[in-house]
Amino acid sequence: MRTVIFRTVAPYLTALMVLFSIFVLLRGHNEPGGGFIGGLIAASALAIFGIACGVASVRRAIVFHPMSIAGFGLLLGAVSALPSLFKKQPFMTSQWLEFKFFDVNVALSTPLFFDIGVYLVVVGAISSIALALEERESD
Amino acid sequence: MAGSYPSVDVDFSQAWNLTPVSAADWLIVAPVVISMIGGAVCLMARKNTDAQPKLGLIFLVLLVLASGGLLLRVLDKGVITMVMGSWLPPFGIAFTVDALGATLCLIASVVALCAGIHGAATVDNTGRRYGFYPFLLLLMTGVCGAFLTGDIFNLYVWFEVLLISSYGLLVLGNERPQLDGAVKYGILNLIGTNLFLIGTGLIYGVFGTLNMADIAIKISEMDAPASGTLATIAALYLLAFAMKAAAFPVNFWLPASYHTPNIVISAVFAGLLTKVGVYALLRIFVLIMPASREYMADLISVVAIGTMIVGALGALAQSEVRRLLGYLVICGIGSMLAGLAIGSTVAISGAIFYAVHSIIVMTALYMAAGVIYQMAGSYDLRKLGGLYGASPAFAAIFLILAFAVSGLPPFSGFWPKVMLVEAAINDSRVWLAVAILLSGFLTTIAMGRTWIYAFWRGGPEGTEDGKSVALSPKTLPIPAASWVPVCMLTALVIYFGLQPEGIMHLSAYGSIGLIDPQGYVNSVFGGAQ
Amino acid sequence: METGLAIVIGIFFAVSVYLLLSKQLVRMLIGVAILGNAVNMLIFTNGRLTREVPPVIPADLYVPAEVTANPLPQALVLTAIVISFSFFAFLLVLAFRAYQELGTDDVNEMRVAEPSNDPLPPQGY
Repeated sequence: MRTVIFRTVAPYLTALMVLFSIFVLLRGHNEPGGGFIGGLIAASALAIFGIACGVASVRRAIVFHPMSIAGFGLLLGAVSALPSLFKKQPFMTSQWLEFKFFDVNVALSTPLFFDIGVYLVVVGAISSIALALEERESD
Repeated sequence: MAGSYPSVDVDFSQAWNLTPVSAADWLIVAPVVISMIGGAVCLMARKNTDAQPKLGLIFLVLLVLASGGLLLRVLDKGVITMVMGSWLPPFGIAFTVDALGATLCLIASVVALCAGIHGAATVDNTGRRYGFYPFLLLLMTGVCGAFLTGDIFNLYVWFEVLLISSYGLLVLGNERPQLDGAVKYGILNLIGTNLFLIGTGLIYGVFGTLNMADIAIKISEMDAPASGTLATIAALYLLAFAMKAAAFPVNFWLPASYHTPNIVISAVFAGLLTKVGVYALLRIFVLIMPASREYMADLISVVAIGTMIVGALGALAQSEVRRLLGYLVICGIGSMLAGLAIGSTVAISGAIFYAVHSIIVMTALYMAAGVIYQMAGSYDLRKLGGLYGASPAFAAIFLILAFAVSGLPPFSGFWPKVMLVEAAINDSRVWLAVAILLSGFLTTIAMGRTWIYAFWRGGPEGTEDGKSVALSPKTLPIPAASWVPVCMLTALVIYFGLQPEGIMHLSAYGSIGLIDPQGYVNSVFGGAQ
Repeated sequence: METGLAIVIGIFFAVSVYLLLSKQLVRMLIGVAILGNAVNMLIFTNGRLTREVPPVIPADLYVPAEVTANPLPQALVLTAIVISFSFFAFLLVLAFRAYQELGTDDVNEMRVAEPSNDPLPPQGY
């Protein structure tokens, strides 16, 4: 698998796929896409990088342990359901914050943060499994 | 709302719950949220093995407080409901908490706290790094979610949450027996949840709704509520939850796996996992599908009798303390199923009381087995002995737990058995009563033998009569964190045995709420307007 | 349409049960995967089938303009797919580890947790 072509292309491919996964994640609120599918794309990007350049370099590249990333995603998802407490609304009711940023309407919402949480959980969990399997392969 | 939408006059009250929710109602989701956030925080701090027990115990204490507050709130206000994301039921997912769910949630949290304390002493740094506390908290997320939710698909999701966390706990440490046990546990439980999901899919196909209260109304309005597709659904649910609860023909995964992980993990599993299955059986067959329960009552009593006898005989045939206890878990499940088979108010409250008792006593017994291991270095009855000399107090505690699990007075196992036997005789199901008493008798023999072998006799097999062997002193003293939770749970066992009125009222309250679903339905559809 | 899918689901269930009855762990895992797919299709079919109209509400409306596909089964199936996918991934790793450690993928020979030559329990008091 570790041909020169693959090893040369893999970093660019990974970067592109991660970028695309973020695009899919952000697009998910009103159109097809979302945290889960975005997370899967990002996890497969990391898996490709792992096949090409070794698991150690993936672990270096993502800095945090994949399970810590998943934990942070879980935390973000759980916390994003809480702000409605302060508006006397039931759990998980979505809250919106809109403002203009250089003439662009930006609509921040709790579902967005929930989706980012899902994205991180999926990236963390799936890539930790994938990396564990890839590590075994090279034994 | 987002500004990009046109401002149209829309009557949101048709789809949304617009009445302000008081902060106290947030207690409904608090157990789930606290344990989920706790799990996430502990997961992030996994590498910091010194901070793990502290963090974990903080969240477990919060969890106990929240569940306690929730139970008080339910006792004060009756059944309470919160809908997720303001969507009105049956469209939104509802968390509906009645006395049954709140009681079990509190007891489960207390047991998890005790396990957390015990784990501080028995789970080593490797176990902590593999994530004992995160998985314990996430397991509690699943358990509490299952007890509190009012939506049948949501129940499935919580089952899966607790299942995936239990996988994580089961393989913690990666020993060979663990992998062996985990394969059997994993595949069989996954098939069980898939059966549950099939039933849920069919329910959705028939009624077009997944809200438990809504389904209960629709089933009660049907002409033949126990035939056709509903009979299939009921059979699937019975099989699925019987698998989860380790009832007789599908019980073999439990003794194959529960003794493999660290003892504190076995204790949590024995206390909680099977009882979630029993809870689901009670919720579905008493609240939602009462006609199917009546239709299958004879089948359920056969299953109950089989479970009790197989569990008790299995316990007699074991010499490994943990596997013996695994069979006793199964035996207890049989008693709860007996309550479900009879179905009267007394029987259901007996089953609920028995569930509470079983959660506490099974966890305590496994933890006590852990203490035995710390003292003597073995789980094998043939190699145990002389522990009475080492610690008479602990021998007394173990004897109390042995009495309780056998259903002997004056401890917590006695009262639910009385209620169940009384209900069985009133319902002219004499064989059920006989089986309950016989299983209690066999359990007494098994536990009595365990106590005599491990504590009363002088030393391991081969020791001369009248002589006693001193334990090797390096294993003593036992760290406080491992015996204190056993004492806490034993105190509960004694308290429920001597003062059963409180828990009897609670379980009667829970059982009346199940048999007459009006309060439950009103809370979902009336309270949320 | 529903009838056709029902037959396909039946075939899926039959295949998965056949595979699950096997002794080889790998076959059982494939059986589990197929079982998950069968259940997902069952839920999907139970939501009734509608052709080619995605349940997406246009940006300037509050309710869909025409009859669309039922979105709820799609949400349920998505949840179930996520769950069965993660379980399958976990079981795959578990089976691989078990194969490495126990040296067999025949479940009948996995007797580490329950030794087949366990001596009898102590008899008498």
